[in-house]
Amino acid sequence: MTAEQNPVPSPTPSPTSAATSSAAATAAAASGEPELLTGSGAIIRTLELLGVTDVFGLPGGAVIPLYDELMTQDAIRHILVRHEQGAGHAAEGYASASNRVGVAIATSGPGATNLVTAIADAYMDSVPILCITGQVFSTLMGTDAFQEADIVGITMPITKHSFLVKRPEDVPGAIASAYLIASTGRPGPVLVDITKDAQQKTAPFIWPPKIDLPGYRPITKAHGKQVQAAAQLLADAKKPVLYVGGGVIRARASAELLAFAELTGTPVVTTLMARGAFPDSHDQHLGMPGMHGTVPAVLSLQEADLIIALGARFDDRVTGKVSEFAPHATIVHVDVDPAEISKIRTADVPIVGDAKDVLADLTVAFSAVLKTTTPDFTEWWSYLNGLREEFPLGYSEPTDGLLAPQYVIKRIGELTGPEGVYAAGVGQHQMWAAQYIKYERPNSWLNSGGAGTMGYSVPAAMGAKVAEPDRVVWSIDGDGCFQMTNQELATCTINNIPIKVAIINNSSLGMVRQWQTLFYDGRHSFTDLNTGHGSAMVPDFVKLAEAYGALGIRVTSADQVDDAIKLALATNDRPVVIDFVVSRDAMVWPMVPQGVSNSYVQYAKDHAPTWGEE
Amino acid sequence: MSSHVLSLLVEDKPGLLTRVAGLFARRGFNIESLAVGHTEIPGLSRITILVDVEDLPLEQVTKQLNKLINVIKIVELDPAQSVQREHLLVKVRADNTTRSQVLEAVTLFRARVVDVAPDSVVIEVTGDSGKTQALLRVLEPYGIKEIAQSGLLAIGRGSKSITERVFKS
Repeated sequence: MTAEQNPVPSPTPSPTSAATSSAAATAAAASGEPELLTGSGAIIRTLELLGVTDVFGLPGGAVIPLYDELMTQDAIRHILVRHEQGAGHAAEGYASASNRVGVAIATSGPGATNLVTAIADAYMDSVPILCITGQVFSTLMGTDAFQEADIVGITMPITKHSFLVKRPEDVPGAIASAYLIASTGRPGPVLVDITKDAQQKTAPFIWPPKIDLPGYRPITKAHGKQVQAAAQLLADAKKPVLYVGGGVIRARASAELLAFAELTGTPVVTTLMARGAFPDSHDQHLGMPGMHGTVPAVLSLQEADLIIALGARFDDRVTGKVSEFAPHATIVHVDVDPAEISKIRTADVPIVGDAKDVLADLTVAFSAVLKTTTPDFTEWWSYLNGLREEFPLGYSEPTDGLLAPQYVIKRIGELTGPEGVYAAGVGQHQMWAAQYIKYERPNSWLNSGGAGTMGYSVPAAMGAKVAEPDRVVWSIDGDGCFQMTNQELATCTINNIPIKVAIINNSSLGMVRQWQTLFYDGRHSFTDLNTGHGSAMVPDFVKLAEAYGALGIRVTSADQVDDAIKLALATNDRPVVIDFVVSRDAMVWPMVPQGVSNSYVQYAKDHAPTWGEE
Repeated sequence: MSSHVLSLLVEDKPGLLTRVAGLFARRGFNIESLAVGHTEIPGLSRITILVDVEDLPLEQVTKQLNKLINVIKIVELDPAQSVQREHLLVKVRADNTTRSQVLEAVTLFRARVVDVAPDSVVIEVTGDSGKTQALLRVLEPYGIKEIAQSGLLAIGRGSKSITERVFKS
C-alpha cells in the first residue's frame, strides 16, 4: 500500500519539520505565540502530549507527510508492521495488557480497510484503541480517487466514534477527543481519518485544544438507592453469584472486586473476557461460565437466586438459551453502558456506573446491611463444593497416543507463572488456554472474545510485549490462526520484540472440526489443514520460524514439552515458535451445545451431570 | 407494535444522518418517517423519527441512540402532549367534469390548490396523519397521480423546549 500516484502536486514543504520536540512547544507557549505546525506535525505533537509512546503502523501514499514527521522525532516509537491488521491487533494487545490506549496508523483505501477486522474486534471487546488513517486529498474525495475508501462510513457500525479531518487546525481537537472517547466510559475503538492536504498544510498549534463533545457524558457514579437495594438483596439471598465480565478488567476494579467478594463470601465466576479479574487460586472462584465453562460455574449461574452481573453483557455463549437462563434468579446488573442493561435479560436492579466505583460503594453498603441482616450461604457453598469435587476441570489422554493439547497449555502456564501475559487465537486452543492456565491478575489474559477473530494472537502478543517489555508474553495459537497473521514474526524479529509462540498444532480448524464431529455426523468438511501429524506438514512451522529469524522448536511427545518451554523462556534475543504437534481428536469439555439451556451442560462426551430435575 | 415519535437533538455534523439511520437498520428497527432540519441554535439540528416498535425494543433503540456521540438529547413525544404534523403534496386527476368535486374536498379539508393544469391539480395539505390519510381516501376515486410526503414533524406543547432542558443542566 505504498504506491503513490498523486495527481495533485505537494504544496510548500513543511516549515516546521525540525521543531517537533516538546521543548519547542514549551518555548512557543512561553512566548505566547502559538507555533505553526503542519497537520502531520500536529498529529505527532498531539499524540506526544497525550502521553502516547508507541504506535503501530505501515505507511502509504496518503500518510507519507505523517511518516515524514515521525522520522524527525524520538518521543514516539513507531513499529513498522507487515500488514495493517497486525497494527490493529497489536494496538489491541498493547491496550489489553496495559490499560493504555493502543494506536494504529494506516494509509487510505486498502490500508484503512485492512484495519477493519481489528476495529470490529476492539468494538466487541471494548478495547480502547485509536486508529489514524490517511485519506486522499479533500479535493479528490468522492471521485473514486486512487486508494480512496470511505473508511469513516465503512467503520461507522464498529467504532465508538469517528472523525474526518480536512483542516490542519482541527487535528489536535479531533485526536484529543478521539483519545478521550476511546479511553473513558465503556472503552472502544475510535477512528480519525485525516486528508493528505490537512497533513500538509500548516496551522497554529494550540494546546490544549477545545474539546467540544456536548453529547458525550459517560456516567460513572451510580445511584445510591440502587446500590443499597443490591446490597440488601445479596444479604437476603440464599444462592448468589458474582457474574464477572471483562468490564471489571477495563475498569481496573480487581482489587475492589476482591474486597467485595471476600466481605460477602459470594461465589465468583469470571467470563472468558474476565479471566484474571479474580484470582483463579481463590477459594471463592468457581471458574469460567458459558459454553465451555466449568460445571460448577455454569450451574451456579443457572441455579442462582441472585446474579450480580459486573461489567458483563449476558452474551449468548454465557447464557445458552436465554429464555431458560437462570430462571429463578433476581438480576442486579452493573455496567457503565446503560444500553447493556436489560438488553438481553431484564435487570431487577439496574446500576449504571463504573465497576470500580460501584464495587467500592457496594462494599460500604453491604457492611452497613450486615448490622441488620446475617447472610447465610452455607447450603449453597456445600452444594457448589460438591459440584467442584464431582466435576473438576480435567481431560482424558487422547486415544491415538499423541500429545494432549491441554497438557501442553497447562505446562506453559505452570512454567511461566501468573506474571506472564497469554494471548490466544480463537478456537479450541483458546478455550483450553482459558481453562488450563491459572490467571492470578488482570490484563494477563488477552483474547478475541466477542468477535472471535482468528489471527488475533501473534500481533496481540507483539503489542503486549511492546507495552510490557519486562513480562514474558506468550502467543498461544492454533495452526489455523497462526497462518493468518504470522507475518508479524518479521516485525518482532526486526524490532527486538521477543514473543513466544506456542502453536497448538492439531492439523485442523479444530473447533469447527469438533462441531462437525459432534453435530454433523463426523463429516469433516474442509477443516483439514495438513500441518500436523501424518500429514504433508505444509507449511513446516519450524522452518517458517527460522525463515523469520525466530527460534523454531518442534515437540511431538509429552517428555519434550518442559524442555521446549524452558528453552523458550530462556531465549530472549529473538522470538520463539514452538510447533506442538498434538492429537487432533482432543475436544473441549465441558460443553453446553448451542441453543439449549445451560442445564444441559455436558461434562464430557456422553456424560451430563445429574442434579435436581430442571 | 405501536408507533412512537422520537425527537433527537443532534450536532449538525457530516455523516450524522448515516449514523442514526444505520443504527436503526443494524439493530433491526424500521423507520416509518424521518424529518431533519435546523433548530434555533446554530450547529444543532433536530431529527423527528416515527418508529414502529414495542416498548422494550424502543428502550433499547433509545439507549443505543444516546450512545452516538453527536446525539445530545432524545425525547419521546406523547401524542397528547405534543403537536404533530405531516406535509403532503398530491397530484390528482381533475378535468372539467370532476374539478369542482375535487375543489370541494380541498375546501372541506382546509387544504390548498397550489398548481392547476387542464387535467390535474396539485393539492397541499398539512395536518396529522389522520387528516392527510383521510384526504387521500377522499381523493382516491378521482385518480391520484403522484404523492410527495414529508416526514412527521413534532414539538412538545407548553413553554418548555428541548434545547433549554439540555443546556440548563
